[in-house]
Amino acid sequence: MPITISTKTVDREFTKKIEEISGEPLTKCMQCGTCSGLCPVEATSDVSPRKLIHMVTLGQREMVMNAKFAWLCVTCYLCELRCPRGLDIPKIIEATRQVKLRSNENFIEPFEIETVMELPQIAMVSAFRKHTA
Amino acid sequence: MKTGYYPGCTLKTKAGNLERSAIHSMAALGIEMIELERWNCCGAVYSLADDDLIHLLAPVRDLIRAQDQGFDRVVVLCSMCYNVLARANLLMREDEVKRDAINNFLEEENDYNGEVEVVHLLNVLKDDIGWKKLSDSVKRPLTGLRLAPYYGCTLTRPEEISIDRGISPKIFEEFIEALGATAVSWEESETCCGSYQIISNPEAAKETVSRIIGSAVNREADALILSCPLCEYSLGNRQSDLIESESDLHEIPTFYFTQLLALALGIEPEESKFDLNTDSAREWLSEKGLLASVEA
Repeated sequence: MPITISTKTVDREFTKKIEEISGEPLTKCMQCGTCSGLCPVEATSDVSPRKLIHMVTLGQREMVMNAKFAWLCVTCYLCELRCPRGLDIPKIIEATRQVKLRSNENFIEPFEIETVMELPQIAMVSAFRKHTA
Repeated sequence: MKTGYYPGCTLKTKAGNLERSAIHSMAALGIEMIELERWNCCGAVYSLADDDLIHLLAPVRDLIRAQDQGFDRVVVLCSMCYNVLARANLLMREDEVKRDAINNFLEEENDYNGEVEVVHLLNVLKDDIGWKKLSDSVKRPLTGLRLAPYYGCTLTRPEEISIDRGISPKIFEEFIEALGATAVSWEESETCCGSYQIISNPEAAKETVSRIIGSAVNREADALILSCPLCEYSLGNRQSDLIESESDLHEIPTFYFTQLLALALGIEPEESKFDLNTDSAREWLSEKGLLASVEA
């Protein structure tokens, strides 16, 4: 998927916001793709973590907000363990998820979960923390 | 010897088999685990947003409870609780600005600077008991069993709070060998089970569970050994639903590491609450003769 950039689509404030929420300096990323190669959910996602970081760096707010990846990431920290630039990538992904959540966007609806009686509490607490506003 | 112990929500219900087997095993090894008074949920996931301190209050409050009750360390069994408490503790030690903000907010509590040590039970077994003493305490060696250790993601990552080396940890393997069993070397021991995606993206979790079970089956493991109630739910309780479409896979029993520890130490099987494991796991134990009492 090519990234089309114009003065109309670049949102510098968005890049700054993600850097502020994550506390990670995005320009350290050299786009090597190690994270994408390791990521357990990359195969089922529309974009890879490498590409998501690239979109954020380029201020592509709309593309990032429309990407599914933030909802699919399991925060397993494999990418952080191997990142040659020492970036805490799950924090960057978390920041994109936080922007969605803070605009009151839910990914799951708690009342629609059918398996609630059999789920361990940590499953529900973690899913609500990650996927509900 | 006494030690403070943080159970977490799931160990009081769905994962009672993890808690009971651990408490009985540690008592047999001479360590009394004393549950913290007035503990609360740790929050299950560590807060990753830099401007979100509110979600750190729950784990920090637990650490303050431990300190107030005179414990210099707190032992944790659940992998997710371990990850959250250990990371919150690290932040309270290293980040002065956030530490001050949290302490100021929790003004009714004593100030906390990360004095308490957060330890996973596998580290207690390795460092306090030692593999040699553990091995000598075994009354029913699990000889001949091929057990696949499953670390998942929260025991060893991020590396700062890992219970062993972040890359290629060995502590679980050493534990299995100390019980007399064979530790299976397999590809998926450090991957994620799908975690909370079992709720939000069940199809993706299905793919992950099939891959993990497939790898253990290919390596001819007899059982999967784990420490996390969410991994147990996805890889154990839900295993038969999640792999049903995979014709070449067969079910593989899953157990908490403390349940096999209890069996090896000769503790009565009912103390390990195997009724909370799957039917196939119980059948497997019965076939292997592990549900019989050990003769003194």
